[in-house]
Amino acid sequence: MLFAPVQLHIPDGFLSIPIAIIGWVIALGFIGVALRQTNRQLGERQIPMMGVLAAFIFAAQAINFPIAAGTSGHLLGGALAAIVMGPWAATLIMTAVIAIQGLLFQDGGLLVMGWNILNMGVFTAFSGYAIYSFVTSIVGQSRGARLGGAFLGAWASVVIGAIATAFELAASGTSPLSLAFPAMAGVHALIGIGEAIITIGAVSFLLVSRPEILQQAEVAPGRRGANLIVVGLIAAVVVAVFSPLASGSPDGLEKVAEELGFLALGEAPVYEILPDYTIPFINNEALTTILAVVVGSLLVFGIFILIGRGKIRSQGAGD
Amino acid sequence: MENLHYSYPDGKEALKGVDLIIQPGEKVALVGPNGAGKSTLILHLNGILDGDGEIRVCGMPVTKENLGQVRASVGVVFQDPDDQLFSPTVFEDVAFGPLYMGMAEEDVYQRVDEALIAVGMSGYEKRISHHLSGGEKKQIAIATVLSMEPEILVLDEPTAGLDPRSRRRLINLLNQLPQTMLVSTHDIPMVAELFQRTIVIDGGIIARDGSTQGILADNEFLEQHGLEAASPW
Amino acid sequence: MHYDLSDQYIPRSSVVHQLDPRVKVVATLAYIFSVGITPEGVWWAFCVQFAYLLIVILIADINFLYTIRRSFIIVPFVLAALAVPFTTPGLEWIRIPGLEWTITQEGLIRLGSILLRAWLAVQAAILLSATTPVPDMFWALSALRFPKSLVATIRFMYRYLFVLADEASRMLRARAARSPRIKGVTRPSMIWQGKVAGSMVGSLFLRSIERSERIYDAMLSRGYDGQMRSLIRFEMRNSDWIFIFSAGLCLGLVQVFAYLG
Repeated sequence: MLFAPVQLHIPDGFLSIPIAIIGWVIALGFIGVALRQTNRQLGERQIPMMGVLAAFIFAAQAINFPIAAGTSGHLLGGALAAIVMGPWAATLIMTAVIAIQGLLFQDGGLLVMGWNILNMGVFTAFSGYAIYSFVTSIVGQSRGARLGGAFLGAWASVVIGAIATAFELAASGTSPLSLAFPAMAGVHALIGIGEAIITIGAVSFLLVSRPEILQQAEVAPGRRGANLIVVGLIAAVVVAVFSPLASGSPDGLEKVAEELGFLALGEAPVYEILPDYTIPFINNEALTTILAVVVGSLLVFGIFILIGRGKIRSQGAGD
Repeated sequence: MENLHYSYPDGKEALKGVDLIIQPGEKVALVGPNGAGKSTLILHLNGILDGDGEIRVCGMPVTKENLGQVRASVGVVFQDPDDQLFSPTVFEDVAFGPLYMGMAEEDVYQRVDEALIAVGMSGYEKRISHHLSGGEKKQIAIATVLSMEPEILVLDEPTAGLDPRSRRRLINLLNQLPQTMLVSTHDIPMVAELFQRTIVIDGGIIARDGSTQGILADNEFLEQHGLEAASPW
Repeated sequence: MHYDLSDQYIPRSSVVHQLDPRVKVVATLAYIFSVGITPEGVWWAFCVQFAYLLIVILIADINFLYTIRRSFIIVPFVLAALAVPFTTPGLEWIRIPGLEWTITQEGLIRLGSILLRAWLAVQAAILLSATTPVPDMFWALSALRFPKSLVATIRFMYRYLFVLADEASRMLRARAARSPRIKGVTRPSMIWQGKVAGSMVGSLFLRSIERSERIYDAMLSRGYDGQMRSLIRFEMRNSDWIFIFSAGLCLGLVQVFAYLG
């Protein structure tokens, strides 16, 4: 088998150029924050450690185990990296992996690399980490809870990455959502099982040999930020999916803003960036509304996080 | 000029009171069973580890303020050349030391040239590190340290894992280099060939410190500390 | 290994090889961009862009079949686009009896455009890696203002890619040597095998962390202070500017006429 079957590397040409650019803008934002956070977390060790761990993920993606009828399960690694190093470090690690895969092996395009980084690096890392820390904070830090959280987190990370890919393909007109969504989600619900099994195998190994590593990751920067981002993303998607059903009025974003307590920000600027809640160059109307809301929400949440971190810093508390 | 002098009680329980003086120009072998504290000792020499006690290098005490100078004077070559060669190309690796010493560009280029010549590997500048053979890597690893023009060279297991030809080349190289040397190794024949003085360390203390010939002749002592007079390499 | 890890760089002494790596990176991105914004169905534009690529490949002294061969990496994703002819609204062209599926002309045009864009883009990327040594590519990225610590991280990853891939393949070989397939004996369960794979991953992780600590020690020993430093490498020459301008002109003109037509 030639390629690791967690095949989410989108080649150039499959996403429209405007969408590709949006992806890069968002990705660079996340990368910038990730660089700063990991610097705080690791200091001088950051560069050699992140680099070697990126090489580790790349090599680990080749480690497989037979599933059924000649296929094998592989690791993508975003969730595992986040569980053992924290979500921001994982973002950096996966960015390096995807960059090398694209630049050196042409696995994944160059202009669409922004979305590839988001799908396979950011979304997987944060969703995997959020689920893992959610489970362990509710059920406790027992071995069972950790393995359960890791299993769920790893599985969900792959599915979420695939769903995001489906949305991007649909928004570009490459593949209709009604087809892409079930296809990607369905296939990767199965592939995710392989990811989950290897991930808990690794976590279980680490619990036995060096449990302090997992404890360190739990206080890695980004725990609160990660939960916020995931809650925000889920909210954005839910709102987006239902907003075309609501009468196309601008109430959607306001409602979200209200519920999360920053109505003041809900006024003016975002509305102007996306006039009339549509994006000019995409055909399908419902889709443009969805995308507009998602982009808008991402921007809003980005602002929120910046403000939140500013507050935390001024209070003198760590992250 | 005193090269090295320290004594301390517990450096992480790995070194339990080590006193050691090496004169400039001396070439000394450091032997002992695994876990005896050889690597720990080495890591104190350039300030990576900070144990209790006094360490002085070339007359300087090893403190936080003069770490930069210490590291430029004591060149440590680690055991696994893949750890030592961490840049994509040979040139970048050999240039790393002088670059971080703050030298001007032309001087850096010159140092790289001289270091590669000294190890007999000029022309390797553009080579990509992971393409090199084990023996080549070991030699380049030494070059990465020579480019800083240290007064003291410390090597951790330089001949480990080398085939006889590469080993011979490395031994000849070590023979030629003029620096004061401290070499930690299991390679007893090399010790007999190159080093007049041997320090035997075991269990965190120095068991014996004296002439190589004398130590290697004392079979009982050797056995006591897990050494053999004629080891495989 | 799941990738062919041998170097993609093909050393030649062509004019293209000697171009400033920044120029090559920017030109590749510009080409992919240009191909990407070419409107659907303007086949002549795609042909011209293809010819342009072929000419550069020729000048670079690279075997054209090489880029074609490696371009097949996009094939798995082609499946994702195959629904397009069936689902794009437009003029009915072919009807598949019995299934009530119709293929529209617009759909085929769109599919063709997507595939062409992808194919041309990936070949441009292959050409980039064939004519530019990897360390130079990294230098170009940092010179083009990508965050320095990100590029430094990628440099380290590149350096240790092969070391860790080796460790992984040694583990896989050791596992294979201890996994005889004996007829009649039931194989261990999928879950068990998965956990074994997971343990391999976990152990590789620990070794990687420990290695990164040793590397950090080696860096400290040579004076590392947390800042990444490097020597300037390339300066733009006349040939670089000429190439950039002529490429920009050529691709730009294609776009102008594609949109006007």
